[in-house]
Amino acid sequence: MTNRPDEQDAKPPASSGATFEERLRKAKARHDVGTKGPGRGGRLNSRGMGVGFRIAVEMIAALAVGIGIGIGLDKWWGTTPWMMILFFILGSGAAFVNVIRVAQAYDRQVKAEKEAQMGDGGKKG
Amino acid sequence: MAAQGGGIDPIHQFEIQPIVPIEIGALDLSFTNSSLWMVIAAVITTALLTLSMRGRALVPGRWQSIAEMLYLVVANMVRDNVGSEGRKYFPFIFTLFMFLLIGNVQGMIPGSFTFTSHLIVNFALAAVIFVAVTVIGIMRHGAHFLRLFFPEGAPLWTAVILVPIELVSYLSRPISLSVRLFANMLVGHTLLKVMAGFVLLMGVFGVVPLAVLVGITALEFLVAILQAYVFTILTCIYLHDAIHLH
Repeated sequence: MTNRPDEQDAKPPASSGATFEERLRKAKARHDVGTKGPGRGGRLNSRGMGVGFRIAVEMIAALAVGIGIGIGLDKWWGTTPWMMILFFILGSGAAFVNVIRVAQAYDRQVKAEKEAQMGDGGKKG
Repeated sequence: MAAQGGGIDPIHQFEIQPIVPIEIGALDLSFTNSSLWMVIAAVITTALLTLSMRGRALVPGRWQSIAEMLYLVVANMVRDNVGSEGRKYFPFIFTLFMFLLIGNVQGMIPGSFTFTSHLIVNFALAAVIFVAVTVIGIMRHGAHFLRLFFPEGAPLWTAVILVPIELVSYLSRPISLSVRLFANMLVGHTLLKVMAGFVLLMGVFGVVPLAVLVGITALEFLVAILQAYVFTILTCIYLHDAIHLH
């Protein structure tokens, strides 16, 4: 394996003229920007099919967990089928909560992507 | 024709076969083909990252670039999604990402075994993440962690409905996390085998499914990488929730 400097000379040592403190401060600022919020800063499976599949899985998982808890409690307390019915409803609620969260994240992301595109267009035009 | 005598069996590739049978009491702890490919994934990951970084060149070569790129992808993911507090969890998240990535991609080698196509493997990973994230949340926030289950500003009486719903939603995380990866790998690999079966069955007209097969193979590579990425980024998001409580 050889290193060919002419091929991959993308990153020269950045701002070597600045003092060490200054560079340290800059690096720290770059690291401590904090979070951009969940789901930001990366494409979270933004293809249509991927989002659809994610929503389906979220719904099924919430319902399955709800029904599972319900059946478990029924067996434990001997209240068949009431807990199952109750947790089926709660599981449906949780499924909708999950779906709304996925949709919100997707919305935010689409908006951010659009804004980024608009920003680029504005710079060019 | 190959179809007779069980020549084409799209499910056969997911069968677990013990290589070194080990039984302790009633427990079957055999070293299976699944374990073998997990070991291979771990070896590939270690080799890829240590051997390629051996040179420690300031200007990276090809292999070093690969290692640095993988590192940067995960480092940026952790920083963007969890924030600077997430840096101490980076080793775990990077290991997770590499294990899943190599596991998914090596599944594309014909004749290999995709261990991520087994729900229990993914569920074990997801369960570890779920427990770890919950413990981290409780350690950082104590009883305040329970706020995660009740949205701020809602009237107090709605807690009767909202808390169980949020609880079920929270408990469904490891399941949705593991099922997503499992279903993607299972469906993709079964589809590949079924299509390949059509190629054999249709004779001359097998050219059509063969063309489709080429496209699906490309898609499967994409899915393999994307699903490792999605699994990891969702782990980051759960970690974010535990650290920042929304």
